[in-house]
Amino acid sequence: MSDLDSTFVERENYFPTVAGLKEDGYNLLSDLCAVDYLDHIDRALPEGVARERFEVVVSLTSMSLKKKLRLRVLVPESDPEVESLFPLYPGVEAMEREAYDLLGIRFKGHPDPTRILLPQDWEGHPLRKDYSVGRIPVQFKEVKRTR
Amino acid sequence: MTTIHTPGGPHKHPDEEARYQEAEPGLIAETSEGAQEMGPRSSTKSDELTKEFGAALRLPEGIELDPGDINIETSEDQTMIINMGPQHPSTHGVLRIMMELEGETVLRTKPVIGYLHTGMEKTAEGLTYLQGPTNVTRMDYLSPLHNELVFSLATEALLGLEIPDRATWIRMLMVELNRMSSHLMWMATNGMDLGSTSMMIYGFREREMILSFFEKVTGLRMNHNYIRPGGVAADLPDGWEDDVLAIVENVPQRLKEYDQVLTGQPIFRARVDGVGIITQEQAIALSTTGPVLRSTGVPWDLRKDMPYLAYDQVDFDVVVGSVGDTFDRYAVRFNEILESNRIVAQIIDMMPKGDYKIASKKVTPPPRKRIDESMEALIHHFKIYTEGYKVPEGEVYISIESPRGELGCYMVSDGTARPYRMHIRGPSFVNLQSLPTMLHGGFIADAIAVISSVDPVMGEVDR
Repeated sequence: MSDLDSTFVERENYFPTVAGLKEDGYNLLSDLCAVDYLDHIDRALPEGVARERFEVVVSLTSMSLKKKLRLRVLVPESDPEVESLFPLYPGVEAMEREAYDLLGIRFKGHPDPTRILLPQDWEGHPLRKDYSVGRIPVQFKEVKRTR
Repeated sequence: MTTIHTPGGPHKHPDEEARYQEAEPGLIAETSEGAQEMGPRSSTKSDELTKEFGAALRLPEGIELDPGDINIETSEDQTMIINMGPQHPSTHGVLRIMMELEGETVLRTKPVIGYLHTGMEKTAEGLTYLQGPTNVTRMDYLSPLHNELVFSLATEALLGLEIPDRATWIRMLMVELNRMSSHLMWMATNGMDLGSTSMMIYGFREREMILSFFEKVTGLRMNHNYIRPGGVAADLPDGWEDDVLAIVENVPQRLKEYDQVLTGQPIFRARVDGVGIITQEQAIALSTTGPVLRSTGVPWDLRKDMPYLAYDQVDFDVVVGSVGDTFDRYAVRFNEILESNRIVAQIIDMMPKGDYKIASKKVTPPPRKRIDESMEALIHHFKIYTEGYKVPEGEVYISIESPRGELGCYMVSDGTARPYRMHIRGPSFVNLQSLPTMLHGGFIADAIAVISSVDPVMGEVDR
């Protein structure tokens, strides 16, 4: 349980860092999600970490050390793309698709970059903070009556 | 369709644009999920087919399929993509599975999900921390108390609260009973899927005992909103020990009957033995947890390995399987009911006295009778239910062992009374990815047994 060590990594070092951690025994990828910090761009961050709108948060578990570790990557709004962890942990596939679907983060090298929860023709990414709730008519395909 | 302007979008991935083909008009096109569906062989790259990757079966690195298994020469007129669900009775909800078959052998499988998506993570951003458990309890509707627990633990971790001992033990009692009821429900539906109708009735009968107890304690049979940040909603009713004791004494006897109905039953064994095998490496690489992972022989249980609540003070064993087939997943759940039963029996003796919720005025509303006599208590009550309470800035990831695996909650607070972001890591959402690997090379008739053995709860998969 308990909260874990939280580390920031730069986007360029994201994939190599995770690969190194996998070598160090973090063999299970527990969770991957993204957060939109639109309302809190000026939040407190450690020295030297650039302020960006999005964050991708990865929780890794080491079964041998019985420890969890959290990595946070800042992702700019202009180019919301990070490398996919799929080559290291195939189990990340659904989680990355979910982060793309709901927050519009793209994962480079993902084998199936499609939406997962919403219909394929949905517009926008609902968990973004500028996605207005309640003012948008619910988008569903209309099935025409055939008789 | 009307054009809708969304401030955040549209943000279509270039690959996705390429994959998304304009569908022809007609009912099939109008109900199509586009690129989310499994593509035909002709539109799948040959190097993907070599690894049987395609849109579905993805094997972990370093694990090779038997080369004789793969035949990229297989042309499309030798295979057939068939669709199962979303309205199939054995998919336990609205799960749609697309399978490519060659004869009766399954080559590729792709689960298509999202039919039950209701945007619960977005909803959580609009609810206060006090209202939060009513939302999360509806995710995994077979183990609602686990969802409430993980939400409450995350909120408490952000607040830095220490909850009273009795509240911890009441929580443990309730979640262990919930694990039993969830596994019993699984035994029932799994029996039904495999043609054992008596098992269906038996499983529901035993679950009923537990649900009656829940109703006595929380007032509801499902979606309890009982475990809340700061403790639990109400103390256990007088005489709870007798009710729990009746369950504890009854369940092992009933499980002996199940053993005869299923474990020793040749027809059942023929359908589950050696079916849907997943290896340890595959299970870990695919991030599976819970009974699916333990059935392969990995003794990974967060209750034991990273204890929360007071699991380090009770005595129980972690149940593991050996080969990771459907029978092992059945056996793991079967024995986990007995282990939970053991924990519950210990909790009856070890339940401490004291408060069932924290005395801190910040998170706990005043007792009902104080409202009648004190103006301040009335104001306090009103404020806490209308505005909620502020939670300090920060973020936290808490994970617990739900009946289906690691249930995680990543919560970000910006110092207001509502979570800035609440993400739930649903174990069945992740475990569902192991289906293509389990089903590959097996018969279509085994698919029902394998899908059932993963125990997906669509409320949690789609959230």
